[in-house]
Amino acid sequence: MIVADKKPVEEIIEYVQGCKKILVLGCNECVTVCEAGGKKEVGVLASALRMYFLNQGEDVKIDEVTLERQCDHEYLEEIRDVADEYDAIVSLACGVGVQFMAEKYHSVPIYPGVNTCFLGATEQRGLWTERCQACGNCMLAITGGICPVSRCAKRILNGPCGGSSNGKCEIDSNLDCAWQLIIDRLKALGRLEDYEKICSIKDWSTDRAGGPRKVVREDVQI
Amino acid sequence: MRLTYPTSIKIVRVPCTGKVDIIHMLRAFEKGADGVCVIGCMEGDCHFKSGNFRARKRVEQVQKILTTVGIGGDRVKMYNLSSGEGPTFARYANEIHEIIMELGPNPIKLKKKQAA
Ligand code: SF4
Ligand code: SF4
Repeated sequence: MIVADKKPVEEIIEYVQGCKKILVLGCNECVTVCEAGGKKEVGVLASALRMYFLNQGEDVKIDEVTLERQCDHEYLEEIRDVADEYDAIVSLACGVGVQFMAEKYHSVPIYPGVNTCFLGATEQRGLWTERCQACGNCMLAITGGICPVSRCAKRILNGPCGGSSNGKCEIDSNLDCAWQLIIDRLKALGRLEDYEKICSIKDWSTDRAGGPRKVVREDVQI
Repeated sequence: MRLTYPTSIKIVRVPCTGKVDIIHMLRAFEKGADGVCVIGCMEGDCHFKSGNFRARKRVEQVQKILTTVGIGGDRVKMYNLSSGEGPTFARYANEIHEIIMELGPNPIKLKKKQAA
């Protein structure tokens, strides 16, 4: 899922200064799971903003809505009739949701309420870690299901580097060396011969280096 | 024991302090409470293992938010005691009462009154 983290309330207050009617808009998907932008966080932010403006002696109306998703037309359409009533919308969706909102609603400023961080997994409650950088050409089949692109600090495709020590990466002694994990996993699978194969230069044109990307699937288009 | 504690304190019963969420505390302040104190079991004695630890972290979050919005983080506090400690409860209740008396009323309660 897309992992996001909360933005400081101070920063959001800065964005919405001077507004009289604000919508705090949550998203029911990834940001709900990583507890940054779901219904619950919408409630907390809206409550904090209400108290802030009341304390400033300003009469500001703050509404709360949480959509099923903010990265699909049909769900964003749910606020079509009310969006124009607001002076600002604070979207707690990931950067995709914030941008899609802004593309659809031109007359009202949309502000991000979270920092979108990475594609990751919930390792345990309150701990999310990166697993994928969406390189567009997945190589997990040959690396024992462990991604060197996202988990090796140097994105090395034939690792480890000389900095790997006791299974840890040289950038941080608490961080597993991705290549140590790959070797251990291949060993456990009895597939160490995969490790012996030299990985040729990766085609990075499918990665961000090739500019903004798109996926076109004519078979599912209407 | 017939111990007394300030009448200004309203008790809200919860099954475990782990049930107390950030929004519950914020709503209390939004509605005009001058202070909130969360009283959980002794650390290490939670029937649900970590409910009181989680409550403490949430109280810290609320303190931060209240400071940011200008209400004051000192208005919310967490205490731990065992259910058999009546006198300690009364002492904590008096303590939070004193703290709040010193801090004065919740500023947004006053602003709401002015606006009305
Ligand atoms: S190889 Fe690419 S697509 Fe596969 S997990 Fe790693 S970054 Fe993601
Ligand atoms: S120590 Fe391992 S994870 Fe760190 S940069 Fe070197 S190969 Fe990559």
